[in-house]
Amino acid sequence: MSDAGLMEDLYREIILDHYRQPRNRHAVDSPTCSADGSNPLCGDQVTVSVVVDGDRITDIGFAGNGCSISQASSSMMTQYVRGRTVAEARAGVGAFQQMMTTGEVAGLEGFDDIDALVGVAKFPARVKCASLAWKTLEQALNEGGAATPVTTDERSA
Amino acid sequence: MTGLNHAPSETQRLPFDLARIRRDFPILKREVAPGVPLIYLDNAATSQKPVQVIAELTRYYRDHNANIHRGVHTLSVESTELYEAARAKVARFINAPRTEEVIFTRNTTESINLVAHAWARKFLAAGDEVVISEIEHHSNIVPWQMLRDERGIVLRYIPMLPDGTLDLEVARKIIGPRTKLLAITAMSNALGSIVPLEVLVPLAKAHGATVLVDGAQSVPHMPVDVQALDIDFLAFSSHKMLGPTGIGILWGKMALLEAMDPFMGGGDMILTVSMDRSTWADVPAKFEAGTPNVADAIAFGAAIDYLDALGMDAVRAHEREVTDYALRRLSDVPGVSIFGPMDADLRGGVISFELEDVHPHDIGQVLDTYGIAIRTGHHCAQPVMSALNVPATARASFYIYNTTEEVEQLASALQAVSKFFGGGR
Ligand SMILES: Cc1ncc(COP(=O)(O)O)c(C=O)c1O
Repeated sequence: MSDAGLMEDLYREIILDHYRQPRNRHAVDSPTCSADGSNPLCGDQVTVSVVVDGDRITDIGFAGNGCSISQASSSMMTQYVRGRTVAEARAGVGAFQQMMTTGEVAGLEGFDDIDALVGVAKFPARVKCASLAWKTLEQALNEGGAATPVTTDERSA
Repeated sequence: MTGLNHAPSETQRLPFDLARIRRDFPILKREVAPGVPLIYLDNAATSQKPVQVIAELTRYYRDHNANIHRGVHTLSVESTELYEAARAKVARFINAPRTEEVIFTRNTTESINLVAHAWARKFLAAGDEVVISEIEHHSNIVPWQMLRDERGIVLRYIPMLPDGTLDLEVARKIIGPRTKLLAITAMSNALGSIVPLEVLVPLAKAHGATVLVDGAQSVPHMPVDVQALDIDFLAFSSHKMLGPTGIGILWGKMALLEAMDPFMGGGDMILTVSMDRSTWADVPAKFEAGTPNVADAIAFGAAIDYLDALGMDAVRAHEREVTDYALRRLSDVPGVSIFGPMDADLRGGVISFELEDVHPHDIGQVLDTYGIAIRTGHHCAQPVMSALNVPATARASFYIYNTTEEVEQLASALQAVSKFFGGGR
């Protein structure tokens, strides 16, 4: 894909902003649960750590490295999830995946930064970069981490 | 036979005329977007194909197509002759003593697995050592790990030095009386480092070990002579050297090939079959069970004719020049650091690099908008990535049709990438 307009679709300013100044890129104190995500083929790695108090996510942080899309998506994901309920966070995961498959904005309540990632849907090779943080969050909430990292790259084995 | 003499058997040397060479590759004329011509710098992954190879492929299907080795009719005889002629071209290209020592496989990976299954499983026992290196492609690591887990052989690695070359001091200690096989690449696909086979092969031979060379990156880019190298097996792929996908080569010394059992059972590889036993056909048929990839083997022959006409010394000289230029030019781009040896004599036409604050994936994506095709990722060499302590690199790799102007465009596009992501973390 080589059209300059498409490039601007992919690398919107807000994405570059999250990439350059990631939010919540830090360790959290005594996480309730955490999970690792990894796409070895492109070298994207993320660890998501969450503190859950009752049904609310009171703290979340991420660590790792990867391309601008994966890092910006991690930053946005944590910013969205922090302070919300576990159910809202799960709904966010679903809405994000929906956006990646349909190419229509997620329209998550109270947080429209995420809609900037809608352009990624036009770049099939990059959807896995954007999805990794969300998949990893879901894994953390489900079972608090698995023996092998979550991946969004079907060919990474 | 008339109608079959379109592929010259003795090729004439042509001068290395870059403009003429580029005209032979139709794909180099295409644009990846309106007004954006292709700059193809992913040759270590696969090369482009000249019209001569594409024409040979269609000519075969149009004029000769038939199954081989089993018909008395004209087409079957012609197909068999063309297929065997391609085998002879391959043999001459690598200076194999005998044409029958050349086995057609699907690719380098299958060739290495063939040796692991049909030679190593028969002749290696628990405790025997197989020596490989830290800069191998996964295809020369995983088959040996599988054999280790199955048979209890011991797998040892020659480590990589920080400059991407192998640690020969450690190699001298690792290769010893327990070494039964040295399985080593001739050139790293991730870093371009040329492996000093002239040092390692004698070390292995001194201990009576068998030597398998992964020539996937060397055979396409430099003269390779299996007799001068004094090796036992050589594996390489057609698709990285102007030929079609789906064809690879395993060359092996006749005595070894004869001692080995078949790799797969079926048609074409047997002499006789009765209800309770079969006897094997001679080499190479023993290793070519079933209908082979006839058309692609024949088109691979045309690719070898093309390289032969240029001369592999001239191919190497051209790539060395482009690589030397690129090493210097890319070093000048702010933020670029290059992995691997900086001396073009020590590396093939492969340059792995990183750009400060920009992930390789993003580099590749933005370069694509300039029409520049490079590879990003771990290049199927994760141990190299671990040794360099990076998750991935960006890699530009050259072939006979690449120019220093293309390197210039890569350099300026990288500057633009740097600016685009500017002031990263
Ligand atoms: C050094 C090396 N070995 C082996 C291979 C595997 O080749 P193939 O995929 O054609 O089997 C490659 C190709 O990437 C390579 O560069």
